[in-house]
Amino acid sequence: MSVEAKQKAQWSARVRESAEKNLPPSQLLPDEQPVYVHSWIYVFGVLTIAAFGVVLVSGLWLSLKGPTWWHTSSIGLFVNSLHLWSAELFFFFMVIHLWGKFWMAAWRGNRSMTWVTGSVAFLASIGTAFTGYLSQQNFASQWIASEGKDGLNAAGIGAFFNVLNFGQMLMWHIVLMPLVVGALIVIHVLLVRKHGVVPPYPLEGQTEFDTGPETVVDVKPPSGGEGGAS
Amino acid sequence: MGAMRAAAAPLSTAIVNLNHPAHYIHWGWFQISVANLLVIVLMLVVFVLALFVPFPGRRFQ
Amino acid sequence: MSATAATFAKAHKRDRRHVEAWTGGYRAYDLVKELVVAVAVVVVLTAILAALFSSPDDQPVTIARWARADAKDFTTAALSELNGTSEIAQYGPPYNSTAGAAQKIGPISLQTIPGVRIPIDTANDLVLTPLRSVAGDNPDLQTALSQYTSASPQQQAAWTDAYGKALDSATVSGGQLQVPPGDYGPVAVIMADELALARSGGLDGALLATKQFYQTDYTKPILFISAGSYFEDQASARNLLGEQWGMMNETGNWPGQPWLWLYTFWYQVPPFATSGNADALIWGIMIVLSVILILVPFIPGVRSIPKWIPIYKLVWRDYYKGLADRTG
Repeated sequence: MSVEAKQKAQWSARVRESAEKNLPPSQLLPDEQPVYVHSWIYVFGVLTIAAFGVVLVSGLWLSLKGPTWWHTSSIGLFVNSLHLWSAELFFFFMVIHLWGKFWMAAWRGNRSMTWVTGSVAFLASIGTAFTGYLSQQNFASQWIASEGKDGLNAAGIGAFFNVLNFGQMLMWHIVLMPLVVGALIVIHVLLVRKHGVVPPYPLEGQTEFDTGPETVVDVKPPSGGEGGAS
Repeated sequence: MGAMRAAAAPLSTAIVNLNHPAHYIHWGWFQISVANLLVIVLMLVVFVLALFVPFPGRRFQ
Repeated sequence: MSATAATFAKAHKRDRRHVEAWTGGYRAYDLVKELVVAVAVVVVLTAILAALFSSPDDQPVTIARWARADAKDFTTAALSELNGTSEIAQYGPPYNSTAGAAQKIGPISLQTIPGVRIPIDTANDLVLTPLRSVAGDNPDLQTALSQYTSASPQQQAAWTDAYGKALDSATVSGGQLQVPPGDYGPVAVIMADELALARSGGLDGALLATKQFYQTDYTKPILFISAGSYFEDQASARNLLGEQWGMMNETGNWPGQPWLWLYTFWYQVPPFATSGNADALIWGIMIVLSVILILVPFIPGVRSIPKWIPIYKLVWRDYYKGLADRTG
């Protein structure tokens, strides 16, 4: 086998080439978007990510002093409030983002997996919030645990996922679920970069997206070899 | 009987005290807290605003 | 058509309307700046909301607090755990194997499949074992425990039934339950000492204690607390019960979890509102609806709704107007 052939067979080389092919740097972080990306509805994805970041940081801050800190310290209570309200904002923005993407039918053009990863992330976020509520060590967490156990037991899940076990719920909340949600968000965003923001529905009489030099404003040829945001 | 034993909350420096029983709206078998209703209404308002408020920058011509 | 568009067109021959490669115009768009601005906005919003409204923190119910607030309710619950008539004693998996207790969806009982993985023997775990741990200095309690555990199940039931009936007319005075005299065997001593242990806080500790010293599993204390009316009354006063759409609500006047509206909705409507299998059935419904949500792109009809109700025309109105202007 030639040196070149040996290199190509290498896993490292193959991973790198696949990454470069699917997401060249100019597509991974483009400095332009198609002209139809021109509405406030498009900011709700990044607002959701921003809220997720604040949730994570406030959570890290809470973890500095352990799970009971916020019950006995005013600063702790404030940080807990940051965590609660950033989580509320996270859901607020995420649901509006979901509504927008539904009404734009954003799964069109090979973008089904973007929708799938997004909706799974939504459901996983609900699960993450659930473990958070269970970790509060106050009346609410007692009640939620005693009620939540019935649904989970009826589904055969409660035997493995014991909402009455504070230690287990806390670890799911601060380790397992954030990793799952984080990974889903990363894959989701990479898919958006790979396929580009979904183009508009073609209007009556149109069968393809508008093309031709007379339609181009702020003329910039698609960057990279892969057609810019596509 | 102490049915509403809430936290003593000397820790809270909240400007608006939400530490009291919530207000609920009832329509037959449906009930929702004013706080939740406000959140949902706000979401709908923001969604509609996002669709209608003009986005800055040159319009595609 | 660009090379990319041609590649995709070839790959998706049947669906050329969905050509991926956008060959129209672009405008400059700073994603990193957008992210930084979004983070700044969210940080400020979060800080304002946290400063304005703080967060709820209602104190948890302890067994001590419960026993002091309502000795009768506590003793009634403790008796039901002792004689195996409590909800937990008859729950079925994962706590025990009560026949017919598990919920079903049609003929299928998912609850039964994993088996008894969190074994709870209510009589021993919640009453007898904690009492044994403090019986060292109490010869009367030692005798009562020994008498109870060596009696036949029928004798035990006779004593607990009699005590249970007498509880209805019991009164509380000086922290002690005054029960009318009757033939309760050792049950009266057991219940009185259980109440005293609870009031002192010892039962909270005893239910958590393990051989390994450290503990983070509150299964036993929470299951015990949930057996009484006291706990439920606390929840009811805060609109947290199932029939109060409680799943969506938070303690105090804070917003709760509005995203759970569809999950809690089913509990309000027949047949689920009165069904013993409500939890299993509603879980099943929500799984199906969740799968439908995930698979929207693949469901004919559902995936065409955005086309029939053209909210998209608002999103892309600038683009469509631009097209119209050009084509006249």
